[in-house]
Amino acid sequence: MAQNKKIMELNEVEVWDGNYANASALRQAGVDVVAAYPITPSTGTVENYASFHANGYVDGEVVIVESEHAAMSGCVGAAAAGARVATATASQGLALMIEVLYQASGMRMPIVLCLVNRALASPLNVNGDHSDLYLTSQSGWISLDACNPQEAYDLTLCAFRIGEHKDVRLPVISNQDGFMTSHTAQNVKPLSDEVAGAFVGEYLEVNSLLNFDKPVTHGVQTESDWHMEHKAKQHDAMVKASKVIEEVFEEFEKISGRKYNLVETYKTDDADVVIVCLGTTYETAQIAADNMREQGIKAGVLMPRVFRPTQVALLAEKLQNVKAVVCMDRSAPGGQLGQLFQDISAALINTPARPLMSNKIYGLGGRDMTVLELEDIYKEAASDVKNGKLSGAIQEWIGVRGSELKYYNVEGK
Amino acid sequence: MAQHNDVVNNLYKSKEYFERSIWDMGWDEVIPGAAVYSFEGEIEHTVVNTLPEDRNVAETNSMNKYVGDWRVLKPVWNADLCIDCQNCWIFCPDTSIISRNKEMVGIDYNHCKGCGICSDVCPTNPKSLVMFNEQIANEDALNQWPEKKKKGEK
Repeated sequence: MAQNKKIMELNEVEVWDGNYANASALRQAGVDVVAAYPITPSTGTVENYASFHANGYVDGEVVIVESEHAAMSGCVGAAAAGARVATATASQGLALMIEVLYQASGMRMPIVLCLVNRALASPLNVNGDHSDLYLTSQSGWISLDACNPQEAYDLTLCAFRIGEHKDVRLPVISNQDGFMTSHTAQNVKPLSDEVAGAFVGEYLEVNSLLNFDKPVTHGVQTESDWHMEHKAKQHDAMVKASKVIEEVFEEFEKISGRKYNLVETYKTDDADVVIVCLGTTYETAQIAADNMREQGIKAGVLMPRVFRPTQVALLAEKLQNVKAVVCMDRSAPGGQLGQLFQDISAALINTPARPLMSNKIYGLGGRDMTVLELEDIYKEAASDVKNGKLSGAIQEWIGVRGSELKYYNVEGK
Repeated sequence: MAQHNDVVNNLYKSKEYFERSIWDMGWDEVIPGAAVYSFEGEIEHTVVNTLPEDRNVAETNSMNKYVGDWRVLKPVWNADLCIDCQNCWIFCPDTSIISRNKEMVGIDYNHCKGCGICSDVCPTNPKSLVMFNEQIANEDALNQWPEKKKKGEK
């Protein structure tokens, strides 16, 4: 399906929160099946979509299931049957469906998952952090990250084009920060139903179960005989998907005027100190970087717009002339260095660049991250550059009550 | 084996039969998502009217998967006693009883798992299908066929 029969008239500028933006993108994409289970803060995505459905704006099916595991299972079944499929979840819901995420990517089902990033219990917490986003990091799903409702809308639309491309055929996650994006109404310039529908296009069926002219089995078992070949093919498609993502972003720019990049940067070209982060922090850090530049510190910000597949070469290229890189991970690291720190370090390790690398753990469970704190991070990084070494440890927890919390004091250069 | 005739043989195709066998493929040639085709190319939905041995099955079709080694007891068919009632054909939980034009043809030993249901439902006396140890040759099995049972004998 490409477009619903009933058109919704939209204003040039709408005031949407991230969930409504997601729901609108799903509606305009003409999704055949949405199988979903509600969980804060992603409930609004499904709730608004179900409301569109109830009011006749959605020709596809909405399947209310008994759990997130069933939601993703329903999505896999519908996708295997030959349908355009989407769902939404967060946190524990994502954790419950994680098994089926691997099924979806291994079976090469181009499902779109609107993941509204929220902390993982325990302690139970409904607010935003990137624990669930990181949990998907090896699941074989393409992972895009939005900073605001406009980007969430745009990326969810792009997700269909990327995942369904004949050379990709992989599921795609459209991430946004729980509450900071999902529940914060902001200006969004939507595309018209016609333009968005034409952009997403007709669904390309590949090996559909419902194509009776070519009977096919999905979800097969392989052992030591064939498992590795299929995983190799899947990984290859994932790595090469970057090219398709770029093409889709370029095409999206033509119809919307909004340009997305595999790796987003803000004033990194001449920067000495760069903060690497995901989600809403990318916007806050830009304000801090501007303030720092007024004080003579060449600050920049980098955000992997495409979290997976990891943009190894591009990340290395963008950070080649930087003197200190602060990787900010918004997820409890569980006894290791943060995911972004690992990704960025890995990208740089075989290149001539030798910036001071540090890792900040911040914003867990919705803890605020202010401009002032980000400025302090820049100042510390600039002072480290002056001293030629880190002022203590690689990892530091910031914005936490109590005494200083630093780990991994490895003597640098 | 006498009853293991061409019809049964033609149901199972070895790697050499296929122009491009999956066993010659590298990782970049496998079907994305480990999807498995039943037939080569496209088929008409009327394929049900085509006899299995005449269908253009794909190498990945389970028809080409040998599972005969799951079995330790095998059914042996005695053509002289068989009345072609088709009971075994109906009850076989696989499709290992081969019958054409309502006449028994033989047993597909490549797929029979030795469950013994065919023998159990055989109505003749003595039975036309009897379970023997896999190691006994069918010719020897036919020579040691059970006698006709008397009335009331279990």
